[in-house]
Amino acid sequence: MDLSLSDEQKQLQDAAERFVRDKYTFENRRKIAATEKGWLAENWTQMAELGWLGMAFSEEDGGYGGGPIETMIVMEQFGKGLVLEPFLPTVVLGGGMIAKAGSKAQKEALLPPMIEGKKQFAFAWLERQSRYNLADVSLKATKEGSGWSLAGHKGVVYNAVSADNIIVLARTSGGAREEKGLTLFVVDGKAKGITRRDYPTQDALRASELTFDKVSVGADAVLGKVDDAFGVVEDAVDHAIVALCAEATGCMDAINAATLEYIKTRKQFGVPIGKFQVLQHRMVDCFTNAQEARSMTLMASLKIDDKDPVVRRKAASGAKVQIGKSGKFCGQSAVQMHGGMGVTDELSVSHYFKRLTMIDLMFGNQQHHLTRYSNLAMAA
Amino acid sequence: MDLAFTPEEQKFADEVRAFVRSHLPADIRDKVKNGKHLIRDDYMRWQQALGKQGWLVYTWPKKHGGPGFTPAERYIFENICAEEHAPGIIPFGTKMVGPVIYTFGNDEQKAKFLEPIRKSTVWWCQGYSEPGSGSDLASLRTKAEKQGDHYIVNGSKTWNTMGHWADWIFCLVRTDPKAKPQEGISFLLIGMKTPGITVKPIIMADGGHEVNEVFFDNVKVPVANLVGKENEGWTCAKFLLANERLGIAAVPQSKRGVAALKAIARAEQENGKPLIENQSFAEKIADLEIQVTALEYTELRVLSTMAHGGQPGPEVSGLKVRGSEIQQRITELTMEAVGEYAAPYLPGLLWQGSNEEPVGPAHAHLAAPRYFNTRKTTIYGGSNEIQKGIISKMVLGL
Repeated sequence: MDLSLSDEQKQLQDAAERFVRDKYTFENRRKIAATEKGWLAENWTQMAELGWLGMAFSEEDGGYGGGPIETMIVMEQFGKGLVLEPFLPTVVLGGGMIAKAGSKAQKEALLPPMIEGKKQFAFAWLERQSRYNLADVSLKATKEGSGWSLAGHKGVVYNAVSADNIIVLARTSGGAREEKGLTLFVVDGKAKGITRRDYPTQDALRASELTFDKVSVGADAVLGKVDDAFGVVEDAVDHAIVALCAEATGCMDAINAATLEYIKTRKQFGVPIGKFQVLQHRMVDCFTNAQEARSMTLMASLKIDDKDPVVRRKAASGAKVQIGKSGKFCGQSAVQMHGGMGVTDELSVSHYFKRLTMIDLMFGNQQHHLTRYSNLAMAA
Repeated sequence: MDLAFTPEEQKFADEVRAFVRSHLPADIRDKVKNGKHLIRDDYMRWQQALGKQGWLVYTWPKKHGGPGFTPAERYIFENICAEEHAPGIIPFGTKMVGPVIYTFGNDEQKAKFLEPIRKSTVWWCQGYSEPGSGSDLASLRTKAEKQGDHYIVNGSKTWNTMGHWADWIFCLVRTDPKAKPQEGISFLLIGMKTPGITVKPIIMADGGHEVNEVFFDNVKVPVANLVGKENEGWTCAKFLLANERLGIAAVPQSKRGVAALKAIARAEQENGKPLIENQSFAEKIADLEIQVTALEYTELRVLSTMAHGGQPGPEVSGLKVRGSEIQQRITELTMEAVGEYAAPYLPGLLWQGSNEEPVGPAHAHLAAPRYFNTRKTTIYGGSNEIQKGIISKMVLGL
């Protein structure tokens, strides 16, 4: 057993750290968040040039043969800088599902341009009633000639505003919430019949509500097998969860560092407030929480490609529970220890807190994954 | 000992409810119900209606023009106002500076300032915290130097709530830089229009503007605006803080919050069923409701002591600690109920009259901003760390 990074992985970590330091000062991030798309083309190009958009894909697919550990390494640094470029929807979710389920033609058409930074994706799965049930899908795809027609609604679709292709989870057969009967479609982001309502999110990303009004797609738009998408989606979401956990770990490191610095320098009653035991112990708990989060993220990154699906699911859910708990503790504590300054927009603390809060809500919160983990662990 | 209200109290409750229903303007009630931001005029219209009725300063004794409510009547009044979605009464005049003026002020000050507070014709704000003086309030440095019959005030105040709407500010200022921290402070009333005052907004994490920094640059204040004796302002300051902490438990608001949370959990779906049928989630709400009940009965015990002539002691700090934590927990669970639809950031919707359409259910967009904003409750009014310090020292003798 060896849990240390290889030389190549260390180089990747250094490069990602450098990127965040150069491109994501807090003031820079504020400017990027205020742009129309909410991310910068030059940053995306640089990520492509550095090989990050292709590192987790096989050489056969045009990638560089890495995996979840590489994703973990860059996501953690992205968390430290609250990076806004759409790496998760494009590379981890979109790219991940295409690599797993795509035909040769689909892979050739979509993956190399994505890896070169020329194509972006969004994943539309959530609906108003879905909550965290990936199978609670009612957007309908019906046969139309040799192709399909999509009708329905999708909500909180991250990066839909910039996506060249939207990967849509639709119901092709079966009843409400049945896992069987779901199909993935690769749809042109500008396809006729899609209406978009774009908005910023609490954590300065971009998302959209999408309405599909008889959107026609060809038979070649089907990603994977008809009626059989659930497994692909669940696996992709579990990978996304682990990537989010890594991002959250980076956020926690950054917010803890900022808080530690603050309580060492902020003086009240003639001493730095870090001299008060009540704050010392809280700071120690923040540190411990971040340690546990890092450990669970590493565990999950190592297990997320395990051949046993139960191992994979438990890894993702276990890590998500830990991140939810640790993220909330570190975020809330950082705000509290910063006092009034912690609730202002002016300091970075509130921005990390908001991101950590939203990460808990994405793809199932702490409670959802505790239930999922419990069902998996007690069945064994 | 009797938990039930007397027939007189019951009659009073009916009277309050009838009054609120007939006098609270519908547009204001809707804003409160739907969580929209209120503007100065909204607060003023409601407070002036209460003022006419003589109820705005509902905590004041009769001899200072208050209604002289018994503790039970205060409890009834606060609860019914919250249930009927009345805006919270802005405390800076009514609960803070008003009682300071009638306790420590001279006759001239009482004549000048109390009536406009009772009638809500002026808006007061607070000048306590400074950038360098938060928890350690007594270290404040804004100075007032006497020149003839004026003080010249220089310095800055922060976390000044709604000062951009205020006519007057009450300030703690340092009048004797050589004395011990608590002994060189004075309590000064300053008109916000006085030359040399600048109000600079602080934007909060939820994107809203409710607090400010206030800068004083050679601001000339008549000596007649000093309340109490020079260098004895700390006495006023402590008196005011104790009053502030009494209302800060926000029990009626939290009861309303739990009811709203239940409604959201009934509306939200999970696997085709209302979320409230999820046992784990329902138990979290139940736990919260029990916490609110414990707080409510603790507050009632304090009120009962007061009814028998006792004074609220340092244990009031405990009400602030638990009240603020409960307010935060409500927002936390509300966000949990809403799920991913808490993510859209739609600040325009927080204002009445915006034609922005909600994304998802109407309650969703408020969940995250409220959660972020409510982190302030364990920080303001003396942070919870400070409150626990008071309890451990003053109550437990540690």
